[in-house]
Amino acid sequence: MSSEQTRKLIVLAAIWAVLLLAPYWMVPLGGYTALATRVLVLGLAAMSLNFLLGFTGVLSFGHAAYFGLGAYGAGLTLKFLALSTPLALIAGILLGGICGGLLGLLIVRRRGVYFAMVTIAFGQVFYYIAFQWSSLTGGDDGLRGFSRQPLDLGLFKIDILSSANNFYFFVLFCFALAVGAMGFILRSPFGRTMIAIRENERRSRFLGIPVERHIWISFTLSCFFMAFAGALYALVNNFADPRGLHYSQSGDFVMMAVMGGMRSFWGPLLGAFVFVVLQDYLSSMTTNWMSFVGLLFVLVVLFFPRGLLGFLQRSKA
Amino acid sequence: MTTLLLFNVTNGLIIGAFYVLMALGLSLILNLSNTINFAHGGFLVIGGYIAYAISPYLGFWGALLVAPLLTAIIGLVVERVLIRPLYGRDPLYSLLLTFGLAFIIEDGTRFIFGPQGKPVTIPSYLSESLSNDLFFITGYRLFMVAVVIVAVTLLFVLLRYTRLGIRIRAGVLDLETVAALGINVQMLRSLNFAVGIFLAGLSGVLAAGQLGLEPTMGTGLLMPSFIAIIVGGIGSLPGTLAGGLLIGVASGLTAVFFPAASEAVIYVMMAVVLLIRPRGLFGEEGMMS
Repeated sequence: MSSEQTRKLIVLAAIWAVLLLAPYWMVPLGGYTALATRVLVLGLAAMSLNFLLGFTGVLSFGHAAYFGLGAYGAGLTLKFLALSTPLALIAGILLGGICGGLLGLLIVRRRGVYFAMVTIAFGQVFYYIAFQWSSLTGGDDGLRGFSRQPLDLGLFKIDILSSANNFYFFVLFCFALAVGAMGFILRSPFGRTMIAIRENERRSRFLGIPVERHIWISFTLSCFFMAFAGALYALVNNFADPRGLHYSQSGDFVMMAVMGGMRSFWGPLLGAFVFVVLQDYLSSMTTNWMSFVGLLFVLVVLFFPRGLLGFLQRSKA
Repeated sequence: MTTLLLFNVTNGLIIGAFYVLMALGLSLILNLSNTINFAHGGFLVIGGYIAYAISPYLGFWGALLVAPLLTAIIGLVVERVLIRPLYGRDPLYSLLLTFGLAFIIEDGTRFIFGPQGKPVTIPSYLSESLSNDLFFITGYRLFMVAVVIVAVTLLFVLLRYTRLGIRIRAGVLDLETVAALGINVQMLRSLNFAVGIFLAGLSGVLAAGQLGLEPTMGTGLLMPSFIAIIVGGIGSLPGTLAGGLLIGVASGLTAVFFPAASEAVIYVMMAVVLLIRPRGLFGEEGMMS
């Protein structure tokens, strides 16, 4: 085993140790477990977006739509169909992923700014649907009246509703599944072609890679992961918010990915941590937190375009 | 029924004229600088609030002229300080930056002027209704359309016949060649940006007279403007013009038959256009990819 591989293993072990122990170190540092859960879920969302942005090189600025669809899918299932947490998650994933896949067919031929523009516009469709169809979705007030259910494992039940720690570990388990799948795909030959497309689309095309199809697959997969995060988010809050579908939420996700470092696998999680904790802190300190978040966007873009991890790696090299 | 239909088509055209003004500015900036200006709605708000602040001194007509100019000057500063460093980088960055800027502008106006709506007084002869027999329409609404027509005509004259306009159009097609011919491309982009922001400021003043002012008023107009550009065809200003009017009328007509969908219909139109004519109605081949 080379020293490079050893180093990677150590970093990986450290990341998982930090995540596993989060409820125990976040609380003493002035945080709370639900905050850690939120970081994890929004981190998963940012990583899902980065699957497309950082590893295929196409910018979707409308991914909140699939996040929100996941949330509404899970919420509606719990409210009207079945009192089962796993079923709700599956329904959310399917709703967001399938909608993303279908719209992806219309979107994938665009590139650059135009790709971004079309994704924003299509993302807003779902915002308006959730906003207008208030008999089903609760409209502006959001979808209420459901709550996550205990996990029934046959022999025993796990209470994830009242115990914040149990719920955190459940979310961490889901996170691990999704992140494991993402890592697996990125290591596969398909993942390598994604990176090839990012690096040089024209050359990839000459090599016979069906670029449009690969971007579509990558877009769709990323929507499925995004919907998973959204479904989990509905469980976190026992609530689905139409603003979770809005393009400003997409902007937050892109920001998390960029701030953490979009060329690295774990960067978006770090970005989500900084973003969520900062927003939580600012909104408790000042009513003008929007200005500060806006300022953060401007400063990161001007001075830290490679993100925190990119900055660290660069200064080391 | 005819009256109702006519009323809504007229209404749609008026709203469409608004979208056109916003979308043309966005389109100018997008075409030459490859920048999606998310803060465009923010500049509209700035224009409106400047008009609110100066109209007690200059009157409505003075504000109508001066507020967009001041907005354009603010736009010039923003372009010079914040956006110019990002040319040549991934468009992602200018998108994120203007996105953050929109936050700051919205929150800033709320901080300075308060969250409540502010009225901008328009001359009384403009606020009278013109006719009550056929359908209700105030003089101000016709006046808005007239201003939009004048502004759009001037813009097209500028682009067609002046040196600046010809350079802008050449730059959209091939910026490198324009630079190689010894034209100051940075300056060109700045002026082009300022023209776009001027249009946003003008829409702000007009909107303020019609709807009053709110810090969030710009965001609602941003999406229809995006769609106007996509439907009309990216890279084509006449396309943007047609796209804006088209979605205005479409949402006006839908409001007659199915009010809840009047917002959604413009997205449906976009999907249909992308399906059957991906480059947009007037877009040139290859411009979108």
